[in-house]
Amino acid sequence: MNVTIVDYQSGNISSVINSFTEVAKGKVNIEVTSDIKKIKLSDKIVLPGQGSFKSCVDSLNGINGLADTLKEFAITNKKPLLGICVGLQMFADVGYEEAETKGLGWISGKVSKIDNQNGKFKLPHIGWNEINIIKDSKIFKNIKNNSHMYFVHSYEFVPEDKSVISATTDYSSNIVCSVEKENIFGTQFHPEKSDKTGLNLIQNFLNL
Amino acid sequence: MLKNRIIPCLDVKNGRVVKGINFVELKDAGDPVEQAKIYSDGGADEICFLDITASNENRDTIIDIVIKTSKECFVPLTVGGGVRTIQNITDLLLAGADKVSINTAAVKNVGFVKEASKKFGSQCIVVAIDAKNVSDNKWEVFTHGGRNKTSIDAVEFAKEVESNGAGEILLTSMDKDGTKSGYDVDLLKAITKSTNIPVIASGGVGTLDHLYDGIVKGGASAVLAASIFHYGEFKIKDAKEYLNSKNVSVRL
Repeated sequence: MNVTIVDYQSGNISSVINSFTEVAKGKVNIEVTSDIKKIKLSDKIVLPGQGSFKSCVDSLNGINGLADTLKEFAITNKKPLLGICVGLQMFADVGYEEAETKGLGWISGKVSKIDNQNGKFKLPHIGWNEINIIKDSKIFKNIKNNSHMYFVHSYEFVPEDKSVISATTDYSSNIVCSVEKENIFGTQFHPEKSDKTGLNLIQNFLNL
Repeated sequence: MLKNRIIPCLDVKNGRVVKGINFVELKDAGDPVEQAKIYSDGGADEICFLDITASNENRDTIIDIVIKTSKECFVPLTVGGGVRTIQNITDLLLAGADKVSINTAAVKNVGFVKEASKKFGSQCIVVAIDAKNVSDNKWEVFTHGGRNKTSIDAVEFAKEVESNGAGEILLTSMDKDGTKSGYDVDLLKAITKSTNIPVIASGGVGTLDHLYDGIVKGGASAVLAASIFHYGEFKIKDAKEYLNSKNVSVRL
């Protein structure tokens, strides 16, 4: 099996590479590339994302044909794709970080700033928080409800269709922290930094 | 609910841990990778390396350590010490660090914080502030490990780094550092009340109760400690169980 971690200059992806390599243990081929030909031949894709929504979308669009190739992979061919952090947020139609920016539009909704309730909640939301699993998602196999995952973000994905939400986390309000729509998966938290529970999630994705 | 973080810090000099943990199970007490792994297996919420290597020639050793550690520890890794240029940050992040902490370079030029957070995202930019009490409820920023006075007000500086894109503040009291008499709670309070980004408390921990004070009285989102963990007085688990028993939420 070939799994591609999309390297589109979206910031630091070393931890994503290390964690997938650790879980794959040589049995799964992990490729790190933005080469469209290789992406097309992959069985699964991981779409990381760090920095702002705008900078990630701009970087993605800066690589000729990448957005279309990802769309063909995930929407037309319905092959498994996992978005992490801003990688998940980009599924939305629109994001409001830095400037209003069009997203990939795969899951209807918007990405807006977490309401800090006039400074009551510090932003970024950094650290370990519990996830409330509200939908049986394939990537949560053997992961208990209220497990801790590592978060670092100031913006949240608000999908229109609430049925795609597989988990939320409590910070100021119930923040969407995991989605599953058919073959498309996304986590707002960082499984690659969430110790054994995070590695378990990565294993589940590789096992799909 | 977001949990309060416990962060053990390892001082690394020329690639070796200074003041390291002295557990019998350690094969090599000076190996930072092995120590980081013990902490992460023991439930540390993050790991922090502070590179105190004096000379520039030996700076590559920290990169090598980060590469090795990030292949074994799957919790966030922060690296500080001598981070002065965008290239320094790029090198550390590519090696596998998740965050970098900037100290002297931020004081010299706060624009560097802005540039770095714009390029890499606020999530990976921590500004380390070393502060000394100068008069009643007044603290001044010091650099170069507390040797150089800057005349910059610590509270004002904290606000400034926040507005320039810092994602977190690592706040060390130079009065308390090494004393084991507890954090400077007043300093913590002053900074956590005037900023809206998470503050990591550092400097002075001698007992588990000090960790409680940093979080509950000082308002810190995370507590950093070195010696109480290094010398095996307490394990990370002890600290978490203690805080939990006092109704402070931690990841158990």
